Amino acid sequence: MKTFKTTWHNIRRSPYQAFAAVFVMTLTFLFISFFTFLLYGSTKAISYFESRPQVTAFFRQEVKQTDIDNLKDSLMKTDKISSIKFVSKEDALKIYREQNKNDPLLLELVTADILPASLEISTVKIEDLSEINNTLKDSPLVSEVVFQKDVVSVLTSWTNALRSIGLGLIIVLSLVSIFIMVIIIGIKISQKKQDIEIMRLIGAGGWYIRWPFMFEGIFYGCVGAILGWLISTGALWYATPFLSLFLKGIPIFPLPLVFLLGLLGIEIIVAIVLGTLSSFVAVLRYLK
Amino acid sequence: MIRLHKVSKQFRTGVFALSDISFEVEKGEFVFLVGPTGSGKTTIFRLLTREALPTTGEIVVDNWDIIKLPVSKVSHLRKKIGVVFQDLKLLMDRTIFENIVLPLEVSNIKTIDAKIIVEEIMEKVGILAHRDKFPIQLSGGELQRAALARSLTLSPDILLADEPTGNLDQVTAFEIVKLLSEINQKGTTIIMATHNKDIVKTFSKRIISLNKGQLAKDTTISHYSLKSDNIDAGNKKLETKPKPEKKKEEDEDF
Repeated sequence: MKTFKTTWHNIRRSPYQAFAAVFVMTLTFLFISFFTFLLYGSTKAISYFESRPQVTAFFRQEVKQTDIDNLKDSLMKTDKISSIKFVSKEDALKIYREQNKNDPLLLELVTADILPASLEISTVKIEDLSEINNTLKDSPLVSEVVFQKDVVSVLTSWTNALRSIGLGLIIVLSLVSIFIMVIIIGIKISQKKQDIEIMRLIGAGGWYIRWPFMFEGIFYGCVGAILGWLISTGALWYATPFLSLFLKGIPIFPLPLVFLLGLLGIEIIVAIVLGTLSSFVAVLRYLK
Repeated sequence: MIRLHKVSKQFRTGVFALSDISFEVEKGEFVFLVGPTGSGKTTIFRLLTREALPTTGEIVVDNWDIIKLPVSKVSHLRKKIGVVFQDLKLLMDRTIFENIVLPLEVSNIKTIDAKIIVEEIMEKVGILAHRDKFPIQLSGGELQRAALARSLTLSPDILLADEPTGNLDQVTAFEIVKLLSEINQKGTTIIMATHNKDIVKTFSKRIISLNKGQLAKDTTISHYSLKSDNIDAGNKKLETKPKPEKKKEEDEDF
């Protein structure tokens, strides 16, 4: 208890240094939070696109239902298909109407006859998409094939790049935070050099002197993590209506509360690790 | 209780602060450590508290070999030895109470118990009225008493007082030494470094004289003419080890 009191006393005695330490930590955790949101969103988007039909084959108008069923059966026999769904002309019209319900002019012009029936196909492995795509293109029944492989692969490569850049930046920011915290705690130790000397002379053990500085680092880390999380979550909450509108149809927002609380928990753990590490380095360096 | 055997301390500059010092202090003794500035009085205190290590020799404090004492045990040693530092070493941003309670906090004594102990000691040394004041608000004598109170909180077996009467008027200085004498009568071993020859003459105690880092004299009172210390100590007989010294020479030690 006394250690906590001393820690709080140390923090209050030099508010500007405390502010600097908290500010640096807040920036780091703000970035970590935003990066995590971005990663979460892109992962969700990828799984959304992956769950969508990856190949859609539109049939010619004159094709009979039996021919379509035969093609469907032959595709299923390849064992490369995870799902296959037939969309009739009527179903296509329903989908069209749903998508354009706010535009009566477009609805008036279109009937089921002019919309083609189609097969929506997903493969077990993404690399089998090309083969299925080729099979469908070669079929005389099929007029057009829409192939989503590029969307998913582009999104996946972007997410991977984002992950690498983000992790790199997090590492750099964490190192900067550690260095700044080491300097700040080091300055505080230097300022209290005389007090420390006196405490040692009257019998204070090494850890009795070190603990308040260790807790100080942990305090800065935790406050920074909580502030960073609060700011980023607040910004996300504010931006959710606009982002939902922008990413129409992709079910990312709102982010689940469990995910946000989990993120806070992880950030506090990371803050404790960063704070402890910084304080420990400072104590080793300045409290010989 | 305290034994220094052929202790020398050489600084990095090559200067010897102490050379070949040997003496013993028994439990419950009161010893004046006298000598001019730079004679090595403070160095002896620093060695006894393991603030510094001797270059050669052996130091034993309460059966603890100071040189072989592991670093982890140094804090234990320092809790056994109360020290009144020459520059007092009071924390200026803490109240007198907070300064005095510090050794108890360091020893993890419960706050409520610590409060009782500190108030009792403050009462004893006569500074209870100043408990919530800061060091800057106190006079020299009151600060000395505060430093003394802090050194007594852990009821140490040994008390080292480094010039506790320095910069004090004669009356206050005598009051401080009387206080030390009372503490000594309760069984605490006291070594007091001083320049004040009036005090040394008045209080009939053993005197260890240092000069240029060497033991000049070790004078033990052989006949206690007074049961308690008082200002009139005129008819004391001094016995000097290893050889008797003339009064004139005694004065030179200061």
